Amino acid sequence: MTVLRIALSELVGMFIDDGSLATLCLILILVIAGAVEFLALPPLAGGLLLLIGCLAILLYSVRRAVKR
Amino acid sequence: MNSLTPILSTVTASFLGSFVEVVEAFTIVLAVGVTRSWRPALTGAALALAVLAVLVLIFGPLLALIPIETLQFVVGVLLILFGMRWLRKAILRSLGVIALHDEEAAFSKETAALQAQSTDRRADYLAGLAAFKAVLLEGVEVVFIVIAVGGAHGLTLYAGLGALAAFVLVMLIGLLVHRPLSTVPENTLKFAVGLMLTSFGIFWTGEGIGAHWPGEDLALIAIFAIVSLASYAIIRAMRGNPTAKAAQ
Repeated sequence: MTVLRIALSELVGMFIDDGSLATLCLILILVIAGAVEFLALPPLAGGLLLLIGCLAILLYSVRRAVKR
Repeated sequence: MNSLTPILSTVTASFLGSFVEVVEAFTIVLAVGVTRSWRPALTGAALALAVLAVLVLIFGPLLALIPIETLQFVVGVLLILFGMRWLRKAILRSLGVIALHDEEAAFSKETAALQAQSTDRRADYLAGLAAFKAVLLEGVEVVFIVIAVGGAHGLTLYAGLGALAAFVLVMLIGLLVHRPLSTVPENTLKFAVGLMLTSFGIFWTGEGIGAHWPGEDLALIAIFAIVSLASYAIIRAMRGNPTAKAAQ
């Protein structure tokens, strides 16, 4: 059971290290996917917004870690 | 596939990502082998590889049942989370905010822990378990990298070959130098892998929501270039930050 628990926590840790980084990325993806699906945002524009958004989140997350 | 671009980028991403993970697993198995004996080290590693093979055989065929756009979206999202995590850490390491990963230190730490357990009756079992855990956990990451960079474009075979090449190379270097692979520029590799995985993630999530990228697969190179330049700019900008300077 311990090995299984460690394996599960490692599996989650593969994707989530800094909680806010993962949360912001998921919110960005959901908002863009929702806008493409329900607000007729062109998919390519969604892809470009995803690129810009990810870089903005990266900058925010690094700045936050440096300040800490 | 209309060009070599996706194949080369898939093999490279899979190779580099797997190389880092195999080095980490190799360090622990080597520590177990040197400190205790090779029997528990190799038994633990072999058992973990067997478990990984069973997991791949069970879950691998299920991927074929998922519609390609759904697979691209799900794998893309996971890759963004996975890649951004690596990229953020690599940037913070470059800025001196978090410590560099040191295989020599990891080897010493594992060796000390095993020596502390040497009087325990179950020392061989604990040593084997350490090797098993290391290979299983790092192996799961290798399997994910292979599925993620290969699965969404039907290039799992090429991604698998990249991972296999990494495994063989680490084993060969390990057998030749017979010590932790501390000379491997692991943090530079992690930076490159973070850039590649993030780029793959953005590319596939975009395709998953229906985007037809200009230049098709060549857009991956453009995305990689933009993410690389932005990361470099973040490092340059943050190096001028007094807090980051103090951390260095």
